[in-house]
Amino acid sequence: MTIDGQKVDFAPGETIYEVARRLDRDVPTLCYDPRLEPFGACRLCVVEIEGQARPVASCTTKATAGMVVRTVTDALEAHRRTLLELVISENRDSGDAFGAGTPAHVDPLRGASSQELSTLAARYRVRPGRHAGAHSGHSRRDDDNPFILRDYDLCISCYRCVRVCDEREGDHAIHVGGRGFESRILTEFEGHLADSSCTFCGQCVQTCPTGALADKKALRAVDLPGELTKTRTICPYCGVGCSVDIVTKGDRMVAVQPAFDGPANEGALCVKGQFAWDHVQHDERLRTPLVRGADGVQRPATWDEALDRAADGFRRAAAEHGAKAVYAIASGRAPHESAYTIQKFIRAGFGTNYIDNCSRA
Amino acid sequence: MSNPLADMEKPDAILCIGTNMTECHPVAATRLKRAVAKGARLVVADPRRIPLADLAELYLPIRVGSDTALLLAMAHVIAEEGLVDEAFIAERTVGYQTLREHLRQFTPDWAAPICRVSPAHIAKAARIYAGAGRAAIYYTLGITEHICGVDNVQSLCNLALMTGNLGKEGAGINPMRGQNNIQGAGDCGALPVNFPGYQPCDDPEAAARFSQLYGREIAPERGITKVHALDLAAEGRMKAMLICGENTVVSDPDRNHCEHALRNLDHLVVVDLFPNETTALADVVLPATAWGETDGVYTNTERRVQRVRAAVPPQGDARPDWWIVSQLARRLGLAGFDYESAKDVFNELCSVSPTYAGLDWDRIDRGEYQWPVPDKDHPGTPILHRDGFKNGRGRFNMITYRDPAEVVDDEYPVWLTTGRRLEAYHTRTMSGRAAGMDYLLSEESLEVHPDDVATLGLVDGGFARVTSRRGSVVLRVRADDTSPRGTVFCSFSFGDVPVNVLTGGGYDPVTFTAELKVCPVRVEPAEPPA
Repeated sequence: MTIDGQKVDFAPGETIYEVARRLDRDVPTLCYDPRLEPFGACRLCVVEIEGQARPVASCTTKATAGMVVRTVTDALEAHRRTLLELVISENRDSGDAFGAGTPAHVDPLRGASSQELSTLAARYRVRPGRHAGAHSGHSRRDDDNPFILRDYDLCISCYRCVRVCDEREGDHAIHVGGRGFESRILTEFEGHLADSSCTFCGQCVQTCPTGALADKKALRAVDLPGELTKTRTICPYCGVGCSVDIVTKGDRMVAVQPAFDGPANEGALCVKGQFAWDHVQHDERLRTPLVRGADGVQRPATWDEALDRAADGFRRAAAEHGAKAVYAIASGRAPHESAYTIQKFIRAGFGTNYIDNCSRA
Repeated sequence: MSNPLADMEKPDAILCIGTNMTECHPVAATRLKRAVAKGARLVVADPRRIPLADLAELYLPIRVGSDTALLLAMAHVIAEEGLVDEAFIAERTVGYQTLREHLRQFTPDWAAPICRVSPAHIAKAARIYAGAGRAAIYYTLGITEHICGVDNVQSLCNLALMTGNLGKEGAGINPMRGQNNIQGAGDCGALPVNFPGYQPCDDPEAAARFSQLYGREIAPERGITKVHALDLAAEGRMKAMLICGENTVVSDPDRNHCEHALRNLDHLVVVDLFPNETTALADVVLPATAWGETDGVYTNTERRVQRVRAAVPPQGDARPDWWIVSQLARRLGLAGFDYESAKDVFNELCSVSPTYAGLDWDRIDRGEYQWPVPDKDHPGTPILHRDGFKNGRGRFNMITYRDPAEVVDDEYPVWLTTGRRLEAYHTRTMSGRAAGMDYLLSEESLEVHPDDVATLGLVDGGFARVTSRRGSVVLRVRADDTSPRGTVFCSFSFGDVPVNVLTGGGYDPVTFTAELKVCPVRVEPAEPPA
């Protein structure tokens, strides 16, 4: 087939959009998430196919031999701009979500994909207010869960949240109710997420392209000064090893977002990995070494004092009772460098294999 | 795991036994759900009607501690009905004829009254597993935390070997590791039986090699497990201990014994993030840097070696574990602890471990490799045992069934089994301090079957005293038919319900893993705790 004048091979079953993406063609989308079945709702990914009267959605159209495709033409770009203007016209454009003069702007703390609509709005220089009319979407500010903001005034009915919950998470906690302009994202019985089969994994938040679903914990940091920075790492909870980005503002950890290219998780997280990260900068952290005094009370000490005391105790135990009077337990939570140095400490220090980790309980 | 996580979407049949995966490994479970949606046949064996059971074609509500009997009877059916992979058995295994003879006695009719499931269902489970082109086994602590944990695992190996479900895509024997780097701690040699890279401590050559590397004669003999070390401490024969990142007092079985053992030490040094029940007993407490503050490496349950990175500066004067331990070592005059970074430490590990020999700090930047990676040209090993078994042919094990260490009787008539919940992690040192988690789960409760609530004189939402041979705890009662009649459940996550006061009736004789999944108790109504 040919895309924008370039001849290209394709695999059986590949869609035009997938082939175009392989060629680094920047075809815009809103309802598309590569992990989900193609949906064909937003119509932004339309392309022209030679011999066909009307543009087709590239995400749902399979590539065929000899097909000649154009992904960028004046007509397509005008169509996309109009579509975006229609999408934005349905949404509330005031209040805390949209900044003046920047259509569809939301704080990137809302979620990993939250900038998709605003980025396209800027790219296509959409004119807010070109189409006037009623606003769709009914935010559920009454849902008092501490994790997921349901700000449906910003919803564009791409249904990525519903589809990720069904197809990827398998929780089937939300669905689409109503039709057309009145369609809404609902839990069963139109209640709160906590009363549904939602497990607060956050996948709906992280795939939402407008910030209509948002990370409430992250939004606590909206007013903190500083740029957002992301650091790739691995979740500290179970052994699945999900890739995450720690989101920071200055020296503060303000959110965790899943890594869509994480080999173990492909963008999925659970409630712990997604929302249970604030132990790191918690007030109760140990911040200084403690040494027990003769009176039995633990008191703050310098590192030198504490390390001297710690080393003395091991030296004395081995000298008085032999090398087998000393034992160490390494952590299954700390990184390799912890376990490695601890086992080396025992083996090099005492000549025994008196070392274990916490895998037996 | 013998197979990668991505393979969880590929089996034709799946046996989940002793794994509450949707709560304990939720992201892995999403793959399993997708496999089932695509048509994989799922068999779930678990004493509790866990969420996975609702996805299963066949759910076997086996009695706690009866896994071996179920697996023996399944193997019996597979052998008797000829559902084996004869080519695999001939080419890759030894001892099948002996196994076949051994299995004759373990009929489904024999196992049914032990497991409390019907013989027909046992046979059906065997046929689903053995009849599939690709069948995978997933298990967790429900298999290992028994006095027969090793027998359970070996019984699963028998099933996989009989049916040729090892060394191929979408199959395998897959233990789901419960902690972010518990696989890594073993990889690094923090075990009494293995040096780094699973080189046996009692192999004189390996001991000689590490003696030379570490500049100290290391006796070529196995060390002792933590369980044994705590016993020695309780007897006054273990004197000094270094504990890193484990709230031993709360997480380990038989809490009173554990606490006594640690108090009895002359010298206890604890490295941790927060003050907890274990740091409270320490002579020296050393503050470690946390996740998000520490550069390093974790290895996940599929043997994938992945980098973790510091995103924020340490709190206060907290330091990385490797720095703390190196400082201690240097004070004892030990050489070889002059590391300047986590990278230095990891690269040394790679240089002494055959499983990591092809890796270094820079090569694992994006988590590309699953060990073993024996050399720099090796692509890693997503699927183990493809071309053969490490020690030659796969060996069948002649397993027999044993009752749990303690069984229910007139005095302790109810089975208690313990586990985890989605919304809490271990002793809640971390998850319990995260804003919002209390909204989902704010306290521990005893899950009691609704029909048992009244029989035991309890009230849903009231309190119960649970007493075992070792101690008792009081906690709230929640009527819930997840547990069957005669069995109750709770987690060990909440400090005010120290359920491990009750546990610890027995240990696996090989691994010394405690039988945390089975503990006969008495359940009585109680006043709310003060």
